[in-house]
Amino acid sequence: MSVVTRGTVVIAEERCKGCELCVPACPPRVLAMSERRNAIGARVPDLMPGCTGCGACLLVCPDFCFEVYQYDEAVVHGDAR
Amino acid sequence: MSTRIATDRAPGVAATKTGEFAPSLQLSVDHDLCPGCGEPLALRLVLELIEELGHAHNAICVVGIGCYTALGSSIGVDMIQALHGRAPSLATGAKRMRPATLLFTLQGDGDMVNEGLQEVIHTAARGENVTCVLLNNGVFGETGGHMTATSVLGQRTKNTLEGRDAARHGHPISLAEMLAPLGGAAYVARGSVHDAPNIVRTKNMLRRAFEAQLAGEGFSLVEILTMCPTGWFVPTAKGPGYLDEVIGAVHRIGEIKARTR
Amino acid sequence: MKRRLMEGSEAIAEAAIAAGCKFFAGYPMTPFTELLEHFAAKLPTAGGACVNAESELEAIGMAWGAAATGARAATGSTGQGLALMQESLSELVRAELPLVVFNMARGQFDYFQATRGGGHGDYRLVVLAPIDVAEAVDLTQRAFEIAERWRNPVLIYGDYLLAHTAEAVDVRALDLTTHANEWRADGTGRARGGPRHVSSIGMQPGAKGIDAEVFWKRLAAKHEQIAASEARFEAEHCDDAELLVVAFGSLARFARHAVRELRREGVRAGYFRPVTLWPFPSEALARAAGGVKRVAVLEQNAGQMIDDVRLAVLGRAPVVAIGGISTDAHGFGIGRFFDPEQVRARIEGALPERHVA
Repeated sequence: MSVVTRGTVVIAEERCKGCELCVPACPPRVLAMSERRNAIGARVPDLMPGCTGCGACLLVCPDFCFEVYQYDEAVVHGDAR
Repeated sequence: MSTRIATDRAPGVAATKTGEFAPSLQLSVDHDLCPGCGEPLALRLVLELIEELGHAHNAICVVGIGCYTALGSSIGVDMIQALHGRAPSLATGAKRMRPATLLFTLQGDGDMVNEGLQEVIHTAARGENVTCVLLNNGVFGETGGHMTATSVLGQRTKNTLEGRDAARHGHPISLAEMLAPLGGAAYVARGSVHDAPNIVRTKNMLRRAFEAQLAGEGFSLVEILTMCPTGWFVPTAKGPGYLDEVIGAVHRIGEIKARTR
Repeated sequence: MKRRLMEGSEAIAEAAIAAGCKFFAGYPMTPFTELLEHFAAKLPTAGGACVNAESELEAIGMAWGAAATGARAATGSTGQGLALMQESLSELVRAELPLVVFNMARGQFDYFQATRGGGHGDYRLVVLAPIDVAEAVDLTQRAFEIAERWRNPVLIYGDYLLAHTAEAVDVRALDLTTHANEWRADGTGRARGGPRHVSSIGMQPGAKGIDAEVFWKRLAAKHEQIAASEARFEAEHCDDAELLVVAFGSLARFARHAVRELRREGVRAGYFRPVTLWPFPSEALARAAGGVKRVAVLEQNAGQMIDDVRLAVLGRAPVVAIGGISTDAHGFGIGRFFDPEQVRARIEGALPERHVA
């Protein structure tokens, strides 16, 4: 299955507190909590293909962890990057 | 099954950055507020707006006492720390001396609706050209999550462990509705930060409030419902739902008063 | 401006405006009310703002906000209203804000409130106690400069008699130092090199947390500096006095008059008046009491300033109280013993040869 990705984010994982608010806030549901933990022990989110660069995650994150980008041209992701 | 995209670096393809980690008027992103707290989300909105309205060179924030007080040192404009409940009177004196400044208060519900209820009512009645921003999470967060005047019936807090009961603890106060009828109040609204669409709507409410102030229309209040999963005894992921279903059912989101321009 | 007959309240308002006061807020209460009336009438014409605050707590809050922007601001009340302002006063000290606060007191019953304070923590207000309208005009103006120089509130202790006695005074602006007030949070901080935060809890822009101990120790050191340099007093006939009379404020006027009269009759009486109730002029009083046989404290209360007198005299001579509670039926502090003959009689009653040792 291929997924169109129009944007991406940079996540400052070191200050994430694992609150998970970004996960349901993301309209295409491309954020999911991983099992990876940062230095304070919080689980941090993973980004899957399909980001639209809408910035909803940035708005809802209490710890200012997100930087948002929109691609000049959409990228199509297959099963492997 | 999807493979994760690397999020530790800027994109390798041509792209435009459309969102910064934090507003340029935010001095620090390092804070110790609880996971899932809604207050930093409100801070982002006001700091972005000051810049967008071209007032970074002339703005004052008067900060009350609560969890959000810790965010005060991150405010990249002039700031005056007030005592619990007293921000509206400080705002009055400061604005009278600096009428062209964009001046707003940042207060919690314990601060504004408990300790300082008379201050905000009088400031609104006098029609002072200031904007009071009420961060309402229905608890005294900083002392550990105790009942305030806005806590809703049935809400469990540290000192209403069986839930707020009208007979024992009285009824909640919805401040925005109380201020709206006052002649000096030009713009009164209640927003929330429990999801992205509401965050955007709340920013628009703040913008209208600031614009009313800058146009000299009088007092404005923007009440912002914020999540406090710690105070509400819910997991962080359940905070937005609790806000929407429990707090928001009593303190209704919407614009309550606006002068037509 | 020439000499004009003015009641103390009006003269004080004029003096504050001459000193550049641009903001006043107050709530009516006897005998402070007229001060509010005069500011309300005069400040707008002088380019300032006067707000009829809905409570004393809001009055000091408004004055706090105005002062934080660097404007010369004042507020006041009488003792009961000052009682409501105590938390704010102590926090204003920690916010290091200049503010002039008037207690138009009901008598001398608020000496402890003024000098010990009812606020929390280690804090000090500079307290000035004028003897008459002319000195009130002088001290009011100096108060704004002292407050700015030290970044600390200054309290002016007045009373009903000062407020309502009319004297001919010339309210001429004193030529005092102006201060840059670079710390002010007037909205323009970013344009001046960075946001300015005025905080009574010790927060700094961009920094997380506070270091309360460091902060409070710095303030305490500042108060020691103030104590070492701001004490003021008035003294007459102390050098060979056998009885030293100590009094402050309006009542001191009667004490001074009586001592001068007794001296003309050859009685070895001396007079000492603290002008600053804090810092109390302890060293000067200790020197004045050096050779006396007795120190008599004339104050209109159950005994408040006498504690500071005893500390200053430190056993060099016995200290006796010759004042007491004396007021009108309403309790406004119009003491019946504010009478030249009664005061003289009290002083005479304390002369050493009149007492069994």
